[in-house]
Amino acid sequence: MNALLALEDGTVYEGRAFGAPTTRAGEICFNTSMSGYQEVLTDPSYRGQIVSMTYPLIGNYGINPFDDESAGVHVRGFVVEEHCPVPSNWRSTESLDKYLQRHGVPGIEGIDTRALTKRLRVAGAMRSVLCNDGSLNAAQAVELARQAPPMEGSDFVREVTTPEGYHWDPEGSESRAWTIPNSYDAAMGRPRSQDEAGQCCIPLPDVRYRVVAYDFGIKRNILRRLRQQGFDVEVVNARTTAEAVLARNPDGVFLSNGPGDPAALDYVHREVRALLGKKPIFAICLGHQMLGHAFGGRTFKLKFGHRGGNQPVKDLRSGKVAITSQNHGFAVDADSLPKEIEVTHINLNDGTVEGLRHRDAPVFSVQYHPEAAPGPNDATYFFEEFANLIEESR
Amino acid sequence: MPRDTSIQKILLIGSGPIIIGQGCEFDYSGVQACKALKEEGYKVILVNSNPATIMTDPEFADRTYVEPITPEMVEKIIGKEKPDALLPTLGGQTALNTAMSLHRAGILEKHGVRMIGAKPDAIEKGEDRLLFKEAMIKIGLDLPKSGVAHTIEEARIIAEEIGTMPLIIRPAYTLGGTGGGIAYNKEEFETITARGLDLSPVCEVLIEESLLGWKEFEMEVMRDKADNCVIICSIENLDPMGVHTGDSITVAPIQTLTDREYQIMRDASFACIREIGVETGGSNIQFAIHPDTGRMIVIEMNPRVSRSSALASKATGFPIAKIAAKLAVGYTLDELKNDITRETPASFEPTIDYVVTKVPRFTFEKFPGSDETLTTQMKSVGEAMAIGRTFKESLQKALRSLEIKRFGLIGDGADVEVDDETLTTKLSVPNAERIFFLGQAFAKGWSVDRIFALTKIDPWFLRQIAEIVEAEQQITGNTSDHLFSLIPADQLNDDSKAAALHDFMRRMKRLGFSDRQLAVQYGIPEAHLRAGRIKYGVRPTYRLVDTCAAEFEAFTPYYYSTYGIEDEVRDNDRQKVIILGGGPNRIGQGIEFDYCCVHASFALRELGFETIMVNSNPETVSTDYDTSDKLYFEPLTLEDVLNIYERENRHDQVLGVIVQFGGQTPLNLAKGLEENGVRIIGTSPKNIELAEDRKMFAKLLDDLGLHQAPSGTATSLEEALAITAQIGYPSLVRPSFVLGGRAMQIVYSDAELTHYMKNAVEATPDRPVLVDRFLEDATEVDVDCISDGETTVIGAIMEHIEEAGIHSGDSACVIPPFSLSAAMQDRIRDAAKKLAKALNVRGLMNMQLAVKGDDLYVIEVNPRASRTAPFVSKAIGVPLPKLAAKIMAGKTLKELGFTEEVIPSHYSVKEAVFPFSKFTGVDIILGPEMKSTGEVMGIDYDLGMAFAKSQMAAGGTLPTKGNVFISVKETDRPNVVRIAKGYADLGFTLYATSGTGGVISEAGIPVNILPKLASGQRPNVIDLMKNKDMAMVINTPSGKNPREDEIKIRTAAMQNRIPIMTTLRGADAALRAIKSLQGSEVQVRALQEYHR
Repeated sequence: MNALLALEDGTVYEGRAFGAPTTRAGEICFNTSMSGYQEVLTDPSYRGQIVSMTYPLIGNYGINPFDDESAGVHVRGFVVEEHCPVPSNWRSTESLDKYLQRHGVPGIEGIDTRALTKRLRVAGAMRSVLCNDGSLNAAQAVELARQAPPMEGSDFVREVTTPEGYHWDPEGSESRAWTIPNSYDAAMGRPRSQDEAGQCCIPLPDVRYRVVAYDFGIKRNILRRLRQQGFDVEVVNARTTAEAVLARNPDGVFLSNGPGDPAALDYVHREVRALLGKKPIFAICLGHQMLGHAFGGRTFKLKFGHRGGNQPVKDLRSGKVAITSQNHGFAVDADSLPKEIEVTHINLNDGTVEGLRHRDAPVFSVQYHPEAAPGPNDATYFFEEFANLIEESR
Repeated sequence: MPRDTSIQKILLIGSGPIIIGQGCEFDYSGVQACKALKEEGYKVILVNSNPATIMTDPEFADRTYVEPITPEMVEKIIGKEKPDALLPTLGGQTALNTAMSLHRAGILEKHGVRMIGAKPDAIEKGEDRLLFKEAMIKIGLDLPKSGVAHTIEEARIIAEEIGTMPLIIRPAYTLGGTGGGIAYNKEEFETITARGLDLSPVCEVLIEESLLGWKEFEMEVMRDKADNCVIICSIENLDPMGVHTGDSITVAPIQTLTDREYQIMRDASFACIREIGVETGGSNIQFAIHPDTGRMIVIEMNPRVSRSSALASKATGFPIAKIAAKLAVGYTLDELKNDITRETPASFEPTIDYVVTKVPRFTFEKFPGSDETLTTQMKSVGEAMAIGRTFKESLQKALRSLEIKRFGLIGDGADVEVDDETLTTKLSVPNAERIFFLGQAFAKGWSVDRIFALTKIDPWFLRQIAEIVEAEQQITGNTSDHLFSLIPADQLNDDSKAAALHDFMRRMKRLGFSDRQLAVQYGIPEAHLRAGRIKYGVRPTYRLVDTCAAEFEAFTPYYYSTYGIEDEVRDNDRQKVIILGGGPNRIGQGIEFDYCCVHASFALRELGFETIMVNSNPETVSTDYDTSDKLYFEPLTLEDVLNIYERENRHDQVLGVIVQFGGQTPLNLAKGLEENGVRIIGTSPKNIELAEDRKMFAKLLDDLGLHQAPSGTATSLEEALAITAQIGYPSLVRPSFVLGGRAMQIVYSDAELTHYMKNAVEATPDRPVLVDRFLEDATEVDVDCISDGETTVIGAIMEHIEEAGIHSGDSACVIPPFSLSAAMQDRIRDAAKKLAKALNVRGLMNMQLAVKGDDLYVIEVNPRASRTAPFVSKAIGVPLPKLAAKIMAGKTLKELGFTEEVIPSHYSVKEAVFPFSKFTGVDIILGPEMKSTGEVMGIDYDLGMAFAKSQMAAGGTLPTKGNVFISVKETDRPNVVRIAKGYADLGFTLYATSGTGGVISEAGIPVNILPKLASGQRPNVIDLMKNKDMAMVINTPSGKNPREDEIKIRTAAMQNRIPIMTTLRGADAALRAIKSLQGSEVQVRALQEYHR
């Protein structure tokens, strides 16, 4: 089946269809990770977007039941050079094609994704349409792309936030860190082997802190990492008031990642502002941008965003560089921040803000993804820092 | 952290001669390091015995020592130069071992030299099996069950403890896994363990649980002083565990791991480099993963830049060696810029948007009788790399880059069909051609499961190969008629027909099919296929290797082809020259030609041309993205080169293509290129061919009054016999148009000739066999000269140590000649000049001659860059290839200021280095077929000392006292007395077998007679060798079919690393060398001192 990818600037790429036979519109962006497509597909931060992978061969290792970052697929459409119909990996249970079909998400393959990336690099992020059900011709697809709502000003958080609050993994069954078997694990003092499900996991520590996590589209690995660090997490809807959060008297508050334009979420900015100084706060990605706004700063749209697993971030205090996993199309404007806010991390590629800290209050944030999934684990230590911050504030 | 200012002078150790497991990748890393350190204002002292390297060009280091890389010699250099620091991590295992010896002997401490890059304890931990194991257990990484043995008894106990076969045996501190192997039974276990213990310099082997069939991966890691770690490249091996990674087809990036699995490996890599303590620079870490459980094992780590680093650098565009050098002097990754993007820092991980495939190149045909099974001991001599947007495209491009007359995986007209039984063996026992048999198995309809069971190659790779085969099988059915029949009748017109042809052709090209494959399938000439392809607009697009998957703008013009929708080549208005490289290294065509290509590029850049390099060999300096103005990492086939030419010549800006620097590879393309209207600059291909054509060349020599050994050209056995009846025996027979003396042989009788004609070659009117009278005991001479068509200047006359008949690439030779009379030398010069004029040489010319008494015979003339060009350039201090390139661009020697031959006052000796230790069971005798992989140079004002140095550098340091064993063939006996007396006079005790010994003792020289091996009496010479009681062996082979005894003696000498001379002339030269060694201390001198 032939498929089309049309951009609002009139560019049309022809390819072959895979995944669900349907037509979807959304902002097109590219991701430079060479692995981790399953995590990308299920990351709620991609809500509203059509994602193109720069690595040409996608689907090689299939899909497994353990690497989802949320309950569903959030990308609107998936663009690859060549998808692999028959995967090979000992954990794989399904092909990418079947998975996308099951989740009703269209895919297109056989297009020159490098040419597309260059187009987006030069022209910036664009609205687009992926049609793989033959319902549109090229002109119609372009027209539909032009009619799609822009990313600026759109609130996708309401689509992905949990309707009701919930207690994350009270049994401790979901949060154990997945790993591989080992004939002798020195730390455990015994071999590490697979459980009945064929998985091999690291035991969890006891709960030491209670935190409330704002769900703007939270990734499971953030929840897992929090729990692995001894946090008991109460997940709440994005519209939860500061008052309601404080009424629970948590040890700290976490602000999650999420999709869309941070500036469009003034209902969140307000509540976060009210929380400042009251409880230790740690924020990631969209949560970091929420803090930026709460501090009185501004965010702006990056030309084509940072999406991938190789973004170098420098910690300005230690001088150390971490290779980080990133997924954001907006950034906090450093010049807009008041002087009590310190920029702690910058992106070495373009100098944009990657981390903030309040000089007086127990508040810090990072723009990137210390929980990885996909991407490097170099920045995992932030979860420990959150614990330290809580300890210090007690 | 800024650069370290406490250091001013840095000693860099190179890797010495090219050998299996240590190829020209270390020239690449060394050149990068020299450039990087000089750029920072450091004084660089370099030691490397390999004259064919670019790094030993005097301009790369401040002081260049072409001296043996032994601890003794390097100590002398340290004493003389007083460096502040030693950088040991960029010269392979040789540099690392030498640095460690210097450290252990306290020499570094004594001279206040500190190691930078990696500290001794880190190297120790990374290299010592036991320490490495402890370190890995400490950080929680898994290892195979194993044990270290120092004796065969210890080994047996360990084997019992592990309890399963097969077992892997790895000797400690050897290169490329020399002496290692897999034992499937007890007998094999004993043999391999004994050999391993023998070859390990510390008499130590590791015995471990077999990981055969596990998935194999590699990670290239870099670390800086601030402990920032990055992965430059991940690599997955197509061949699972059991085949040395150097012999495996490998792919970047990793294909079959999820992100979680990959990140676990990444974290493990960092934990490993940190625990081992490699402070700064690059390391290579190998992992195995169980295909069903995911259990991950650390195989080994190289605490230095490696062959894989070179591959990773070329695969990603990240210059590992250059960055490693800068990190070693104190920079951190974030302080260094990524050259390619210029904007982003070096502290990032390259992300690539293509697939890179590396395929090893083997030369088993050179070593008949050797075991061709691929094991954990590396046997390949080179490699080709290719880049494509899919694995299928990159694999097929890599296969046609190998230059083994294959133009893809299958269907190129070169498939060799085998029966099912053979196919099963060819799949289950790893071998050089397995990849092609995989294709054949799929073509026969074998399933992925069946093939997986035989090969344990991951099903992902198998399905990719199956897809190529499926596509190949569809080609013949997809005729234009068939394609048109698919177009709805109402849409059938010229445009839709063209579109159908375009689409099908493009689909095939995207799967990596070559024009040749398509042409063979359609049964039409390749040229027609090409014309049709171009007519329908199917042309490649060129893409940038940019480290960032197009996220940022890239400035470095490093390209590969694919069939995409957008071309990224930047046009400009400069005049261009395209230089064709040599492709994968092989015996007979190696680093020397890369040296020439790189020089051509440098020279033409100096003249203001835009230089464009085309090559497929990732180990080379020529494929460094800043060697030329543009780099095309592409196969060197007519199709691929024409595509580049057409792209670059779009506005008629290409002055020409240089084919005479890359060895035989580009020369083979010359005719096809010319036929397609490509301008070849330099000596015309017609004249190059003329020199290869026996009949035309014989006439030319006649006209010039020069002589050749009587000869003839045979297209059948009958003709060959008729020729020898006329010219007599012995005769040298060989096929025409070959490099490195493939299938060349000396025959002594009709029977031998008949055998040769029937078995070794296939003589046809198109491919005649050349028959020459063989000049016994003649002195062979090589001449390199340079000509602009008017002026010809002799580069050097090289007198060979070994007599004529041994391939010139395998003989030692000396500049200037040491025994030829001045008159003979003048006759040689005159002959060279006449020939250069007659062939209208524009560039370099090499000539081989034989001198017998007063007679001078021309053996052959090659009007192109020769293997000796770098050696000559180093010996005389004039960069001949550079001058030659400028001549090709129109300059004259007068303009270039080189009109007088340089006759140096020092002696330069070139010695060849052989891979015999890798091919057990192969006799080490030399003959007309080239077998050496590399060369070294010894340089001194004293001839004996220069020869002594060359032997030292080649790994066979000559003794100054002790026992010498002499056993020579009948015909050498009259001359052996003088040699024997020489050794006796120098204080050596002589041993011999009865035949040779009789002659010696008759002459009144005391000699101890040893029993023949076959007699069963002990101790024999092999016992003495094993007991280290024999300092040297002189053993000349008795002809084409040597006696069994001889082979055993030579093999034992090699295994026990005892210097062995297989010619009397060699023994004579050694005598002279030993005299020099006894008389004075060895001095070291930099090239810059010789050429002031």
